Amino acid sequence: MTEVASRNGIATLEVRDLVRDFVVGRERGRRQILRAVDGVSFDLVAGQTLALVGESGSGKSTVASVLAQLIRPTSGTIRLGGKLIGTRGRALRRYREEVQIVFQDPFASLNPFHTVDHHLRRPLRIHHRAGSKSEEDEQVLQLLERVNLFPVKRVAGKHPHELSGGQRQRVAIARALAPRPSVLLADEPVSMLDVSIRLEILNLIDQLKTEDNLAVLYITHDLATARHFSSRVIVMYRGEVVESGPADEVILAPKHPYTQLLASAAPDPRRPERRTQLPERTTQLLERRTQLLEGTTRGEGCRFAERCPSAMPVCATRPSLVDVGTAHQARCWLYDGAAGE
Amino acid sequence: MSINAVSVAEVTSPAARARRFRGSPKLWIGLGIVGFFVLLGVIGPLFTEEPNAISDAGLTGPSAGHWLGTTQSGQDVLAQLIAGTHGSLEIGLIIGVLATVLSILVGVTGGYLGGRVDESFSLFTNVVLVIPGLPLVIIVTDYIEDRGVVTVALTITITSWAASARVLRAQTLSLRERDYVRAARASGERTWRIILVEILPNLLPVIASQFIFAIIFGILSEAGLSFLGLGGTDHLSWGVMLHFSWTAQALALGAWWWFVPPGLAIAVFGAGLSLINFSFDEVINPRLRTKGVRA
Amino acid sequence: MTAVLSVRDLTVDYAGAHPVHAVSEVDLELHRGELLGLAGESGCGKSTLAYAMTRLLRPPAEVRSGTVTFREPGGDEIDVFGLGGEELRRFRWKRVAMVFQGAMNALNPVISVRSQLEDVLDAHEPGLSKQERRRRCAELLELVGVDRRRLTSYPHELSGGMRQRVTIAMALALRPPVMIMDEPTTALDVVVQRDILNEITRLRTELGFAVLFITHDLSLLLEISDRIAIMYAGRIVEQASARELLERPRHPYSVGLLSSFPSIAGPRREMHGIPGHPPDLGEPIAGCPFAPRCPYRRPVCDELLPPLTPRDAALVACHAHEPSTYGVPAPDALLRGEFHPVAEAEVVS
Repeated sequence: MTEVASRNGIATLEVRDLVRDFVVGRERGRRQILRAVDGVSFDLVAGQTLALVGESGSGKSTVASVLAQLIRPTSGTIRLGGKLIGTRGRALRRYREEVQIVFQDPFASLNPFHTVDHHLRRPLRIHHRAGSKSEEDEQVLQLLERVNLFPVKRVAGKHPHELSGGQRQRVAIARALAPRPSVLLADEPVSMLDVSIRLEILNLIDQLKTEDNLAVLYITHDLATARHFSSRVIVMYRGEVVESGPADEVILAPKHPYTQLLASAAPDPRRPERRTQLPERTTQLLERRTQLLEGTTRGEGCRFAERCPSAMPVCATRPSLVDVGTAHQARCWLYDGAAGE
Repeated sequence: MSINAVSVAEVTSPAARARRFRGSPKLWIGLGIVGFFVLLGVIGPLFTEEPNAISDAGLTGPSAGHWLGTTQSGQDVLAQLIAGTHGSLEIGLIIGVLATVLSILVGVTGGYLGGRVDESFSLFTNVVLVIPGLPLVIIVTDYIEDRGVVTVALTITITSWAASARVLRAQTLSLRERDYVRAARASGERTWRIILVEILPNLLPVIASQFIFAIIFGILSEAGLSFLGLGGTDHLSWGVMLHFSWTAQALALGAWWWFVPPGLAIAVFGAGLSLINFSFDEVINPRLRTKGVRA
Repeated sequence: MTAVLSVRDLTVDYAGAHPVHAVSEVDLELHRGELLGLAGESGCGKSTLAYAMTRLLRPPAEVRSGTVTFREPGGDEIDVFGLGGEELRRFRWKRVAMVFQGAMNALNPVISVRSQLEDVLDAHEPGLSKQERRRRCAELLELVGVDRRRLTSYPHELSGGMRQRVTIAMALALRPPVMIMDEPTTALDVVVQRDILNEITRLRTELGFAVLFITHDLSLLLEISDRIAIMYAGRIVEQASARELLERPRHPYSVGLLSSFPSIAGPRREMHGIPGHPPDLGEPIAGCPFAPRCPYRRPVCDELLPPLTPRDAALVACHAHEPSTYGVPAPDALLRGEFHPVAEAEVVS
């Protein structure tokens, strides 16, 4: 089942049936496989942001690593501008020119040994973005201007530890912009930043998206910013896409029980009554089931069943993504006419 | 600079580390000792007589003419000590450099590249590590005719690089997963550049520490070899002095001025280098510091 | 409401070549049975404050001035800073218990859950019989919603949420009247976080202890707190009931902070955080520490430190609410709870 691309744009990056396995140990001589990403498909469209929402263990960071070609997929296809991507040599380098990533931890994504200038100059040089050294110098300063870091000359000479978290993240964004990419992967870009500067950074990414017509993948566990900064949202749970659709619909009127759980669990003091309080007994029950099944890597059937208040016998079979609205899909037997119970 | 960098646990900036480093008493004592011996070995020979000059004096204790007495052949012990310092330091340095370069080549490359390369490099390292060092060196030197400084140094190097390679491999494995290395890969940086420009600079403190270990190890190994009479034939070192004093039964004769100075030199110089290494450790891992935290 | 823990004029510095003023002249009162939220971002001093209150500070952190007083139900007062070694040990855990940031990772990995709970009981109630201890441990675990069969498990066998529950159980072992929790749910997934918060609320209803809940997540505090204090640059800048703070935030930082938490449901609109960053606490600050980032700044704000003053139902440290100092009446935008950032660009010092 594929995530339908927005009608307005041509898909810049197409991901189909992405699978990534990890070997997590050996038991009685047989390798234990953890399927971190299990058949994920989506499109990234120029000028639009797709939010990938999930919690720890959902596989969202693995998706980012695969798309950034830091690890190889076990199977699945990725197309950039309609063509299958290259994984070696010059083709790989051209991919890297087009697809860039911003990491979560601003304190770890910059090399403490080098200056800001080094971090911005290297990608310029690798991708031949400047003809001469003076052009390079100018482009480094221009990049800093684009991410609103001033005074640009002084910032360029600084080392990462001389900058605050938000400032470092701006440098990381500038670095990602240096090759003039068409796709930006933002892996939880603000989770480790102070709350008061998160919106500034997200606004910056949004602005750059518009200026450069970027296709942005915004990975986060925060539903509120996912809704406000993206046009479409996909929700992942334990390696699978469980719901996808327009941001407002998925987050304000979620269909999949997991998305509903996420939406109700997030703190939102302005809506104190809208939360469905899970009864105490059920909470404990859920915990217990989660605890007992913590170790299993693959079961047959719906992965959310053990925590789902609406679990039914048919959930022992894995559901497929079905339409639940316009360009809105959910992986749940509740909406699948084929369940026919 | 906001309080972020100060309040929690360690300050990890290179600048702050450098500050802590300079303030460490261990560093200065160590440097003092090492500096003293280096001066002794480099400038000392200009002020003393020919160390191998034989005289009729025979075995005599310290006197005005011979501050550290004479050997059985009437040689001036002080002159010998100074020449021996020069010899030991020279060998120690050669071994230090060679072993460190070798350990970087094997440890860092293997650690970063992973896969088969890492497995084979790692296997090779572990095999060399397991082979008993001194016996191997003894066997090799037994076969080799020429026992010049360089040959001896090379032989000892064979057994000195493996432990360091393991340490560097471990560090590289850890650094490889840092986000800034992943970011360099995502930028399209070539592998050799990543190793050289992104990883190595961050390994400098560890490499420096390993370098000093290698020097200590080199000097001690050479001393051991020479004491057994298997060391270099054309130069003087602390170990050679110990060898000759032993064969001449200096201990039984009570000629302490012959073997105590070289032995003490080895011990004190080794301690000096170790102190410098401890101060490196404190910089690398602030939890090892014995004094209070300085912001 | 009687105060069970009072902090007066507390100042904590990190000593060194450039002393850092982590906490400055803080007054705080925790009332019996209430949940007081302490909100602030990194570097505001909230964790330092918590550690100072429980005498857990390590050099170079030093308490420069101030007192912390614990009030017994009978009315007796205990000067926390004056306690000697053994007295302090008995004070800890029985009167005030603490759940640290990342506490769930501080469980001893090689000891079973039961042993860890028993250790706590051993240390403070040595007279218990072995059976009694076991019973109490099982009770404690069930109290926090973990199956008693988990007593024999090791920490790594439990999920993050369960480990946190165990940590809370350990803190509750002696039924202390005061619990200090520093970011107890930050490292947990939002669903697990919700469970833990529900658990804490339930326990409070059942056992009636007071909680000082420290976190950067203001939206969370607004849901669960009775009162909230907001810290900035080592000082309390506003203190009010949760409802009052939500409906009528008075300090510009509070307003800005509130607007940094987008509501899931609200209409899509331009949203801003607070551009800029907190001041360097190693340098002396003239005037209000928030002034450089404040849209309502006037010259007096750079010269005079605003005192924490009562304003109707809240305590606020801001000149804008004092026309005689401010020069003009409080700006309408501020009274409406609006925050329009001053700086567009990030200026690096």
